[in-house]
Amino acid sequence: MIPAAFDYHAPASVDEALRLLRSLPDAKLLAGGHSLLPMMKLRVVSPGHVIDIGRIQALCGVREDGRALVIGAMTTHWAIESSPLVRARAPLLAECASRIGDIQVRNVGTIGGSLVHADPAADYPAAVLAVEAEMTVVGAEGRRTIRARDFFTGVLSSAVRADEILTEIRVSALPPGTGQAYLKFPHPASGFAVVGVAAVVRLRGGRCEDARIGVTGVGPTAYRAEAVEKALVGTTLDDRTIAAAAEHAADGVEANEDLFATPDYRAHLARVFTKRAVRAALERAGRA
Amino acid sequence: MGREGKEDGGEGAKLRNDVSPSVEAPVKKAISVTVNGVPYRHEVEPRLLLVYYLREVLGLTGTHIGCDTTSCGACTVIMNGLAVKSCTVLAVQAEGATILTVEGLAKDRTLHPIQEGFWEEHGLQCGFCTPGMMLTALQILERNPEPSEEEIRHGLDGNLCRCTGYQHIVNSIRYASRKIKEEGGTAIPETAGRERR
Repeated sequence: MIPAAFDYHAPASVDEALRLLRSLPDAKLLAGGHSLLPMMKLRVVSPGHVIDIGRIQALCGVREDGRALVIGAMTTHWAIESSPLVRARAPLLAECASRIGDIQVRNVGTIGGSLVHADPAADYPAAVLAVEAEMTVVGAEGRRTIRARDFFTGVLSSAVRADEILTEIRVSALPPGTGQAYLKFPHPASGFAVVGVAAVVRLRGGRCEDARIGVTGVGPTAYRAEAVEKALVGTTLDDRTIAAAAEHAADGVEANEDLFATPDYRAHLARVFTKRAVRAALERAGRA
Repeated sequence: MGREGKEDGGEGAKLRNDVSPSVEAPVKKAISVTVNGVPYRHEVEPRLLLVYYLREVLGLTGTHIGCDTTSCGACTVIMNGLAVKSCTVLAVQAEGATILTVEGLAKDRTLHPIQEGFWEEHGLQCGFCTPGMMLTALQILERNPEPSEEEIRHGLDGNLCRCTGYQHIVNSIRYASRKIKEEGGTAIPETAGRERR
């Protein structure tokens, strides 16, 4: 399969990329290309211009900024999975990255590309929701921040506008006593999440002080399972409480349907994996 | 009936002819790459995929096209020290890169330990997936020189084999792991470049 013809641009800076994005009609940003190129090969999209931002060094890598962890949008899944800094400061993101696709895909695909592509079965959305990451985007009117909650607006749609570029993902340090886990049921062929659940729980004096549950793969966009969170906070997180809370994992969500999983089966998997993810996070909270 | 489009005259024929590509004549880009230690420079169309560049421009047909959809791993090569699926990389994205294909594995008529492993442990039947399997195996061994069977199988998630049932491939990779350790070498040769961080 060969993509339709296009002109290729490889800007050296974000400013140059923004200028190209404003001046070229029918342009698409290329990050690692592992979502865009398959779509171009199928001719689902045929942009006239491709702007390759994957080579912009300022967008690559992980750093600390005070108490926040800052991940450049063009950082690959492998770089995130293997970063000692991410593993120490936001282990959920490293665990999530390690479960994406396969070795070759993780070597090339980027967190920014994946987030903006906003595939309803992608892994990162659940994780950025659960760690309450903030996405920094730049555009003609300067810089703005989008909360994870406001980021995913629909199937393959994010809050990043066509003339903006996602530059970094910021994660605030989580207090001691916090446990985090990402568990997924991968599609046996594609590796995408039929269901993926990211859980963050914080214990204080034996009780759950905070719970954040991000769920991907189930609905048209990833979401926070607020009913589950409410049912967990204030409890001692015993097995019965977790099981009862997890029953609400797909409440109010119109679950996706495909050849592999019916809506009912997906909702069932969401409940099962929420229960398991909360338990795994709790176990790690005890050790944190 | 006459030739298609004749009857409906102007309107229909005009509409059909109006379907023009969004870019009339894409600007070719110059790329410089080093493949298996040999430097190359070519002008390529931006839409040319790396796997076609390797096979059709450089004539290195050891890299196979299997599924063409980032699933099967037959097209895996090592680019700047990283195993990548070359059906999902544009040749222009490889500008400046150092690339290793299966043709670059053997040195001075001596098989690379991973090739020797596939030979000794019968790691192939039809052989179509083998180049991609071997290059992915090197990435696994580079990150984890003595992987367990489970770790090898997890590492091969992105490579499909329809003949062997995988067991002999796993054995081949364990053979290579032992051999590389014995020789005190590294899994990925220098000619595959190094990861840029």
